[in-house]
Amino acid sequence: MSSMRTSNITKDTLRKMFLEGKRFDGRGMFDLKNFEVEYDVSYKAEGSARVRMGKTDVVVGVKMQLEEPYPDSPNKGNLMVSGDLLPLASPRFESGPPRFNAIELPRLIDRMIRESGMIDLSKLCIREGELVWTVMIDIYPINDDGALIDAASIGAVAALHNTVIPGIKEDRADYVNRTKDKLPLSDETIPITFTFYKLGSSLVLSPTREEEEACDAKITWGISKWNGKHMLNSCQKGEEIPFKKEEIIKIVETLPKLYDDTLKKLKKFLK
Amino acid sequence: MALKRKNGRKLDELRPMSAEVGIIPNADGSAMFVFGKTVAIAAVYGPRMLHPQHMQNPETGILRVNYDLLSFSVEDRKKPGPSRRSQEISKVTELALLPAVDINEFKNTVIDVQIYILQANAGTRTAGINAASMALANAGIPMKSLITSVAVGKIDKELVLDVDDEEEHFEEGEGSTDFPIAKIYGTDEYSLMQMDGKLPPEMIPKALDMADEAFEKIYEVQKNALKSYVSGEDVK
Amino acid sequence: MKEFEDKNQEEFEDVGSEPSSRTIVVPGEIVSSGEDFLAGEGARREGNDIVASRYGLADKIGRVVKIIPFSGAFIPRRNNVIIGRVSDIVHSGWIVDIDYASNGFLPLMESPRFVNKNEMDQFLAIGDVVAAKVWNVSAKGIDLAMKGKGLGKLEGGFIFRVNPSRVPRIIGREGSMINLIKENTGCNVTIGQNGWIWVKGNDTDSELKARKAIEFIADKVLVSGLTDKMENWFKENK
Repeated sequence: MSSMRTSNITKDTLRKMFLEGKRFDGRGMFDLKNFEVEYDVSYKAEGSARVRMGKTDVVVGVKMQLEEPYPDSPNKGNLMVSGDLLPLASPRFESGPPRFNAIELPRLIDRMIRESGMIDLSKLCIREGELVWTVMIDIYPINDDGALIDAASIGAVAALHNTVIPGIKEDRADYVNRTKDKLPLSDETIPITFTFYKLGSSLVLSPTREEEEACDAKITWGISKWNGKHMLNSCQKGEEIPFKKEEIIKIVETLPKLYDDTLKKLKKFLK
Repeated sequence: MALKRKNGRKLDELRPMSAEVGIIPNADGSAMFVFGKTVAIAAVYGPRMLHPQHMQNPETGILRVNYDLLSFSVEDRKKPGPSRRSQEISKVTELALLPAVDINEFKNTVIDVQIYILQANAGTRTAGINAASMALANAGIPMKSLITSVAVGKIDKELVLDVDDEEEHFEEGEGSTDFPIAKIYGTDEYSLMQMDGKLPPEMIPKALDMADEAFEKIYEVQKNALKSYVSGEDVK
Repeated sequence: MKEFEDKNQEEFEDVGSEPSSRTIVVPGEIVSSGEDFLAGEGARREGNDIVASRYGLADKIGRVVKIIPFSGAFIPRRNNVIIGRVSDIVHSGWIVDIDYASNGFLPLMESPRFVNKNEMDQFLAIGDVVAAKVWNVSAKGIDLAMKGKGLGKLEGGFIFRVNPSRVPRIIGREGSMINLIKENTGCNVTIGQNGWIWVKGNDTDSELKARKAIEFIADKVLVSGLTDKMENWFKENK
């Protein structure tokens, strides 16, 4: 596979194509790639899932450990989201200190989950001020064909739904004698991210790696529901070129319906 | 006096194996290999440019292996980032694969082999080598043959093949010995050999014979995965 | 340890014909036994046997057994046509990324008209695409030449990559496949032996069709009679 950067002619042609509403794989500009979710990537994880979105392939695992709570939330469990852009996944990723994209991805997923209130962390407190569960989500892309963040968000949600709480023995997690309890997750709110890219004056959702590399800017929104209403939970604009106001509004206006349609598909995979 | 293995296997019985090729479209070659509950995936990128330049070898291409466990592949979550253990396994894996590949013509380049363990139940380095071997072939790297690898073990006084996690923790009598081996299939060249435990010298010939029998079975699995990848591709 | 040699293919050829006489082999597999056979490209003799040194199709032509690989890095040879992207400008020429472990170099004098040293980017800027020929391969790098039919700066259209070992299939026997694609889409198509392909047509839809056709072909490693199948494909995909 190639790490050759996008050429001027390809970028110009894509810009023209996007203005015509055309993409190499025939999708509409705001069509999400088809996705599927599998479970049980690792039986050693408390929960795990694998998401394939087009050719993008991401595995997510959840581990739980008993730890002290953070000082400012003595009666709540902890959430920690990590991950790495494995060099396995792309000719562009190399071993060594993480590049910005590797740092950003887990942090975006963290904010999406935390702000949606999807996990009721107060139910993960064992002894106030002393012992709580820490939920550790690890995200690993294994093939990057674009839109990693969005695939990771679905993977994280699926893995959390698949998670079974370990037992407790002498204040430590007992991975052998697990409980039958799943994580305390909200029924009504399931967060998802949508990342839009921009090339020239065109906006495109769920790009392939080829499209991503030709684009100038991106913006990721996390959205879920709060008391029955659509609620944006997180946002991050990336890459160099700025967005215009009307572009931001146009994107945000698509989100509620996009969320509803995607959630319907995702729910088929959640047990 | 034969040992009864807790998992019901015969002494020389391997765990069920499976393999799949081409699982990572971005890579030049890729594969997955499974021993029971141990799952390894491998991707090969290269020959490609090697930076920094001073690491290049003007006389040959170099093989660079990176092996690691995913955080959630083990019961006690492993913090992300290479550990001493993974660095050691990366190196011995490189030495296991190198004699089988012909990369002299790829001067000044690197062939990167990335191995990750999705699920660990002992034998991870051997599963990794088996996966990497298929990935190298899938990438079109000229190779003498595939590299096959298995962990011979000893539980108390008995030699066994392909120990699992539970057997690895056996502590009675002479305890558990781990003896991972790799060979270039069809040759007399053993390219990986490590040992950790208690092994009387006179047991070595039998241990190597047991490994050789395992290698026949492993090569079949690797070969079938490579063949069905191509014929599966062309159903249309 | 027995030394073994393994050269890459010198010629590119269409593997679309008579696949029934070919079997899929993996490295280390015995392809033939007996003193009668000779080891060709991708194979070697080990005692009484001819053994595969590549993953591919074993092909017996007379007494010679060779392996046609399914995959493998593009190795530049003199006269190969390649497509590359300009990645840097130096005072004596342009550095071109040809998707190989070392870069190509296009000397200033290869430009079709006189180019001033301070105006080099007006002819070729970083990110521009060229079709060029490999002139010389040395330890220092790959020297490129651009004088010849079909070579030069590529304008309009787009480039995309296929596995380099599929290039012979896309070209076809004596260009039959690529001509079929050009006729059915009205596109200009230039195929680089490094796996990069340039397509330019009169409109987006024909360009997309050409790419789709090429990727369809590149996917089919074993299928025979591919030219006929592609004729049908074009009829069905009007």
